[in-house]
Parts: sequence; structure tokens; C-alpha cells
Amino acid sequence: MELFELGIEGIKALLDKKEVTPHEVLDAFFARINAVEGKVSAYVTQTREKAYEMAASAEKAGNSGIKTLSGIPFAIKDNLCTKGIKTTCSSKMLENFIAPYESTVTERLSGAGGVFLGKTNLDEFAMGSSTENSAFFTTKNPWDLQRIPGGSSGGSAAAVAAGECAAALGSDTGGSIRQPAALCGVVGLKPTYGRVSRYGLVAFASSLDQIGPITKTVRDAAMVLNAIAGRDPMDSTSAPLPVPDFTKAAGMDVKGLRVGIPREYFIEGMDPEVEKAVKGAVAQLEAMGAIPVEVSLPHTGYAVAAYYILATSEASSNLARYDGVKYGFRAAGKDLLDTYMQTRAQGFGPEVKRRIMLGTYALSAGYYEAYYGRAQQVRTLIKRDFEEAFRVADIIATPTSPTAAFKIGEKSADPLQMYLSDIFTISINLAGLPGISIPCGFTGTGLPIGLQLIGRHFDEEMLIRAAYAYEQSTEWHKRRPALPSDNGADKGEGPKAL
Amino acid sequence: MSVRYETVIGLEVHAQLLTESKIFCGCSTKFGLPPNSQTCPVCTGMPGSLPVLNEKALLFTIKTGLAMNCGIAPFSRFARKNYFYPDLPKGYQISQYELPVCERGHVEINTGEGFLTRRIGITRIHLEEDAGKNIHEGAGPYSFVDLNRAGTPLMEIVSEPDLRSPKEASAYMRKLRAILRYIGVCDGNMEQGSLRCDANISIRPEGSTKLGTKVELKNMNSFKFVEKALEYEIKRQTSAVKNGEAIIQETRLWDTSTGKTHAMRSKEEAHDYRYFPEPDLVPFMPAREWVEEIKAGIPELPDARRVRFIAAHGLSEYDAEMLTSERALADWFEESVKLGAQPKAASNWIMGELMRLLNEDGISIEESPLAPAGLVELLKLMDSGTISGKIAKTVFDGMYRSKKSADQIIKEQGLVQISGADELGAVIDQIIAANPGETGRFRAGEEKLFGFFVGQAMKATRGKGNPAMINELLRKKLAGN
Ligand SMILES: [Zn+2]
Repeated sequence: MELFELGIEGIKALLDKKEVTPHEVLDAFFARINAVEGKVSAYVTQTREKAYEMAASAEKAGNSGIKTLSGIPFAIKDNLCTKGIKTTCSSKMLENFIAPYESTVTERLSGAGGVFLGKTNLDEFAMGSSTENSAFFTTKNPWDLQRIPGGSSGGSAAAVAAGECAAALGSDTGGSIRQPAALCGVVGLKPTYGRVSRYGLVAFASSLDQIGPITKTVRDAAMVLNAIAGRDPMDSTSAPLPVPDFTKAAGMDVKGLRVGIPREYFIEGMDPEVEKAVKGAVAQLEAMGAIPVEVSLPHTGYAVAAYYILATSEASSNLARYDGVKYGFRAAGKDLLDTYMQTRAQGFGPEVKRRIMLGTYALSAGYYEAYYGRAQQVRTLIKRDFEEAFRVADIIATPTSPTAAFKIGEKSADPLQMYLSDIFTISINLAGLPGISIPCGFTGTGLPIGLQLIGRHFDEEMLIRAAYAYEQSTEWHKRRPALPSDNGADKGEGPKAL
Repeated sequence: MSVRYETVIGLEVHAQLLTESKIFCGCSTKFGLPPNSQTCPVCTGMPGSLPVLNEKALLFTIKTGLAMNCGIAPFSRFARKNYFYPDLPKGYQISQYELPVCERGHVEINTGEGFLTRRIGITRIHLEEDAGKNIHEGAGPYSFVDLNRAGTPLMEIVSEPDLRSPKEASAYMRKLRAILRYIGVCDGNMEQGSLRCDANISIRPEGSTKLGTKVELKNMNSFKFVEKALEYEIKRQTSAVKNGEAIIQETRLWDTSTGKTHAMRSKEEAHDYRYFPEPDLVPFMPAREWVEEIKAGIPELPDARRVRFIAAHGLSEYDAEMLTSERALADWFEESVKLGAQPKAASNWIMGELMRLLNEDGISIEESPLAPAGLVELLKLMDSGTISGKIAKTVFDGMYRSKKSADQIIKEQGLVQISGADELGAVIDQIIAANPGETGRFRAGEEKLFGFFVGQAMKATRGKGNPAMINELLRKKLAGN
């Protein structure tokens, strides 16, 4: 295995044994980036200089105490503020925006010794499921460069899958960590709402956004969560709860664990390959001692509608600050109103505008109750559905995405079709629950399929326990995409063969 | 017979809270500092920044609610008020909408008719953030934005439409200001904008219970302008109605220079603020013990204090009202009484000489160079006959200006009262000798000339002669020859 193919755990082992230095680790990953980034297009900004500085200080500090991720190279989704480094949100509006402050998660991650390789591509302001809404370029799925990597954290998921980083941070508002993780054959964990501070995450929909890891293995995800989770005085919605050592849950068996299978998620018309893989995963869990139980989430059918009202309502307000006055893009207008209109007309892409208009409409006088008010009620019902289901199940298993990765351009003309690719992930954000996507098979054409596990509020340990047990009983997570190197010399640039 | 009209007024008062830091970040609330020097990612609306509630601002709002007899909501939350303006960095103001901190209260106002009070209902009190300031200066094509004020905590106090005249509206404003200053949550400065007021005003035929079309008035930055703007508006609306014109629901601005109001925007142009619950802040449920603790910390308020001053110190309604209008003034008075001053005398001196001097200097009672102990010393010197009341005024003035003690001033200026019978007797003998004509006429029965002799005696002693003693000696010497 090449060094760049390793995840956190693998690299950490080598660093601990002093078989490699953080500097050499960086050399290997930048060589890999040189080799494949031209095809994958995962990064908006690469921060080589900064990375080597961080690696040098990680080397000096060693890996004792809280430096649990010392020298590990990470990719950061470009909607997380990084002081002195551009944070673009893949939008023309923030193309040259440099935040004057650091997000809590990146501060915690670098505090744990993590090294940042760069900022990854996303759908503009995290609105989308394919990265096709990026104002800059579309990231390609490393398993098939004709296909999308999923989104909105498509850059992070593709970077992890392509070996362009050891692990990455993403954000998930309706599936933006889990869906691209599934489509890229990696692990994506969306923690419980409130588990991880949102301070410094450029808001899309504040009551749904949550930051989480995208990694090569479940244990890696637990290690990242250890570093970033916990109450932050800068985020009032972060929970004042103790943070357990999540890695301890990786390794516990699943005997007697009740795995809920929601009737409403296995519907006719579902991609047969996806259905087969997910059912196979449930059977595998059962073989290890888990008990499958059927559960019902009766309001599932209303989730997408409720989500697109609530998320767009919040977005219409969250994105009001991009007005050309204080920072970011400004189009000179003939007066104030014209400046506002020109700035926003030219600075935002079509999907962002569509959602701002949807949300503005839903909050308008006379429509508020019928739309926003109603959607909030649905949200409450969906939460209750899960509460009921968790009376009989300890964990719920579903597909992450109804299909494997689709072709670039295939759905971009039809926003509704695109919205439906989040149909299995959206409810979890509405309910504020933790969810994880792990590889559970491949289609006949070799595209990854993801299994989604959903846990109770603040019970990420249960997710990690089940996900790890399943992962360790399969080989899916060991497969790597066969990416032809750009320069045909990905070994010549210096990565160490192990 | 012509129809008489009744005025219906409700006020929305904004009060800037006296917290050290802003409502959702740690920046200072000091003003007068270089533009944008008191800002951070939160109050400049940087992408990804989040608000965190300053608990002191919530405490002040609860305190105000309790002082104004409101119920404190067991569950309250913030809402976003969305609109675009350069001084509003996030494109929305964090305010409150359907679940304010305080609801359903009242204050008593003085109607000015024989000290009758009237109860004015308070609909709600909510907490919100202030905006920054747009600055249009210089010749260039640009305007500027100063965000130092953005995020300063504001309280909005909304009254019921219970006010019936401009006088009542200004009395209500004064009462709010007094209470806010008593409990120390707002400095109440209308000129500087830390206390602002918008009014909703309508008229209706007397006896009608239906509300007329209301007009919103803005930009009244003093008690006087509140009254003037409302008076103007009543005249304008009344004559419009009498001419058969309809009142248009609109927002009007008071123009101090013309003394008129003019239309700013109509109902159709009104903003749709698209309020919705603020997802970045968790709803709050103030613990009952905490509310009780805040309640226990509220000082005696002006109404209660006025009643007590009348009962305990025998003051008149008017004096008690004036003395309790400011907490510091009432404290000054009570301190002097505690130190031994006779209450009525203290009240007279405070409301007469002291207030005159403070007003001349344009300073507040807190800044008074004279302390209550000084007044008490002076009153004692008067009681003991060391100085006369007339001299006391000179001494009081001296104490105020020089911060010296009464004793010191009296000694330095030789102001001790002359009460010696010999000394005064000699002076009077001289006066009688020097004015034989007047003496003769007085002795012949021209009684009113007595005042002339008193005046001469006071003049000769340069006002230091003991008036009672002069009287007595004059009577004796003029009669007894
Ligand atoms: Zn600030």
C-alpha cells in the first residue's frame, strides 16, 4: 500500500514508530495531489507552505497528550473559515474572501496536531448534491471521472477517496457529508446537531448544519470526532455535554443490537443494486448477532418538502449579509438598491438564487403559516417518528442514497430530481440525529454504495460501534479507485512504497 | 353641533442598555471612539460567526419588566427581522417577535390634575440589537458605515394605546425614563439617542370605542418634541377629518426645523420583515429563583418613594414628586435628612439654591460639588443663629463654588452674625442720631418708617446683624427716648 492510501490510523502508526516524519507524509500526499488532482479537481485552494509549517510544528510538538492527530494531513471543506486563507464557499461572492478568524473545528483539529493540505470544493454555499453548483468547477468521482462525487462536500469526499488527504472535514445540512461519502466509497459521519461547534462554518441553514469527518475508516472518523466535538462558548447551540472517547466504541460487538429497518425507506422503484447491497449489510449485521426489526417512520414522505422550506427560509436570511457592503464581491450600481441587486445578481449562482427566492417566499407575510409554520410542524412529527422507532430499535439502517453516483450533467437540469438524491438523509437533519455512511458494496459497474446508520441523539457511540463491527467484517473499505496518474509517475514524485 | 375628537396614542420606546459589552459579542459599548474600532467578526456579520447572548442584557430586561409590573415569560426566544440596509451587517436584526421577555405590565403616570395618577398599560418589553450608523460626509461619492453601535443591546417597550394627550405621552416618557434610571439599566439620554421614541397616534369621535386609522411618528428626540409632534399631528388629523378627508395609514417624520410632520412611507411601502425564530440562539427559560433574585435587587421606585416622602417627611405632593423624579436627587435629600437636616428646609434648599446652581452649570446632581453634609452644616449654623438666612445664601454659594466648609467661608469673609446688644445698640444709636427727621416722623406715628430703620441697620452691619435683635433694639430705642 502506498502512504497516500493510508488513513489516520495507518499514518499515525508509522509516525509513532518513526518510520516516517510528518514532512515525508506531506511529501507523499502532495505528490499524490500532483498526480491526480488535475483529473479529480477536489481542491479550490492548496496550502502547501502552510502545511509544511504545520507539519514542522507538529514534528516539534510530538504526538503526546492531546496531539492525537499530530502530522495527519487533512482537507478542509471550503465553507469552514480559516484565518489568513481564502474561504470561498465555491462562490463568486466570496472568491477572494479571507476570514479574519478561525473556525472552532479547524482550531481544534490543528490543536490536535492536524495539518491542512487545502480547502476543498463544494456546491456553492453547500447547496447541492453533486458539486456541479460550484462557481469554479465540478469535482469528479475518483471511481469514474465521468460522474459526480456527490455533494455538497464532494471535494472532501473525492479527496479522501483519491488519496489526496488522509481525512477531511465536511458539513452536512441534508446529507452533504453522508451522500458524497457513499458515492465516493468512504466513511462520512454527521454528528448529532449540537455535538460539534458551528462557529466558523459559513451558514447555509443554521438549525440543520453540522460539521463532521469524512474518512477512510470508521475508527478514523471516531478519532476526528474526538478532536472536534464538545461544547464551544462561541456557539450557543453546541451542547454542554461531556465528550466520550468515541474510539472505544470501535471494537464492541453488536450482539443483541436491534437494527431498525424503516418500511418507508425500502420502496418500489428503488435502485435494485442499492437495495441488495443494503439488505446484504443488514443480513451481515444479523449474522454477527444483531436483531433486525421493522420500524415505521410514517412522515418520511413529507421530509423533502419540509426540508426545502425550512432550509431555504434560513438560507434566505443567512445569505442576506452578502450585499457588497462589507466584504466579498461588489458590483458597482448606480445607487444603493442597484448595488444590492447587481451584487447579488452577479455574485450568486442559479441554485443559490433559486433557494433564496424559495425561502423568501416561504417567510413572506401571508404565507408564513402555510409554509414555514407547517414545515415546522412536519419537523416535529418526523422527530416523533424517530423517537417511536428508537423505542424498539437501537439503531436504524437505510441506504444513504437511492442511487450510486450519477453522470455529470445528468440531473443538473432538473432541480427536483437532484433534491430527491437526499431523500434518505434529509430526515436525519430535520430530527437532529447522528448518522453515518459506510461502504456496503459496489454496483456492477464498480460504483460504491453506502449504508446509512442512524442513532439516537448524542449516541454517536452506538453508530461507531455498529459501523465499525460491520466494516471490519467486510472488505469494501479496503478497495481503492484505480486512478490513472496525470504524470504517470505517482511513484517517481517521492511517495514511499511500503 | 360639532363633533369632538379624542386622541389615542401608544408609544414604542427604545432604551439602550447600560451593559459594558454588546448583546451578542464581547465588544465594548463605549461610544465616541474611532469608527469600527469596537467591532469583531460577530458584530460585523462575518460569514460563519455566531451570536452568544450577553446574560446581563437579559437580566436588565427582566429587571425592567419587573419594575414595570410585567409578567416574565417562562419561555422566550429571539427572532430575525430581515431587511437590507448598510448599517445592518447581517441583513437581519436579531430581535424578538412572538415570544418577548416581558408582557402585560403597567406604569402610573401623573396626569397633572391635582396629582391624580392614571395607569398606562405596557403590552410588551423585548430585547434586540441596535444597528450601526451610516455616515454621509465628505465630497467623495461614498457613504461610510460605522459599526461601533451595531450590537448594542436595546430594549423595546411597547405601551397599550392608553395615552389620551401629548401631555400624557410626555408624562409617560418621563416616568419610563425615571424608572429606567432608578434601576440603572439605561441613562435615559434622549438627545444622544440612548432613549428613543416612536408614537402611534389616531383620533376618533368622543365616545367611540373603535380605533381610528393610526399614523406612526418617528424622529422625536426630546420630551418637548414628543409633545410638539403629537400636538401637530392631532391638529393635522382633526382638520383632515373635519374636511372629510381620510387618514392614511403611514409613517411620518417629525421635522424640528419646520415644526411639522411629513410622510415617509405608506402602508403599502412598509417592509415585510419576514420574522422567523432565530436558529443560532437557543430559547431561554429564566429560572424562577433567578427572577426572584433580580426582583430583590430592585430599589424603591419613584412612586413608592414619593408616597413615603410625603408620609415620613411631611413634604408636599409637589416637592415629593420633584425630589423623587431622579434617584440621585432623592438620595441626596434623604442623606441630608439622615445627617440631621429638617426635611422641609432641606427640600427648599435643594429645590431652590442647589438646583439653580446645578442648572446654571448644566450638571447633574451626581456631579454636584456640594455634598449633603455641607447643607446640613449650613442649616445648623442658621439654627444656632451664627448666620442669618440671607447670609446663608452667600455661604451656600461659596460652598458650592469653592468646596470649602461653611465655617471656613464665614470666617474668611467675616460673615458671623452680629448679635451683641452693645455692638448693635451703638449702631442703632448712630442711625437715630444721623436721621433726626425720620426719627421724629416715626415717633409722631408714621409706623411704616420702621422698615427704613431696619434697612439702615442691616446696611450698616453689611447684612450680618441679627434681624431679631435689630428689631428688638430699634423698638426699644425709638420708643424709649
Ligand atoms: Zn463585536
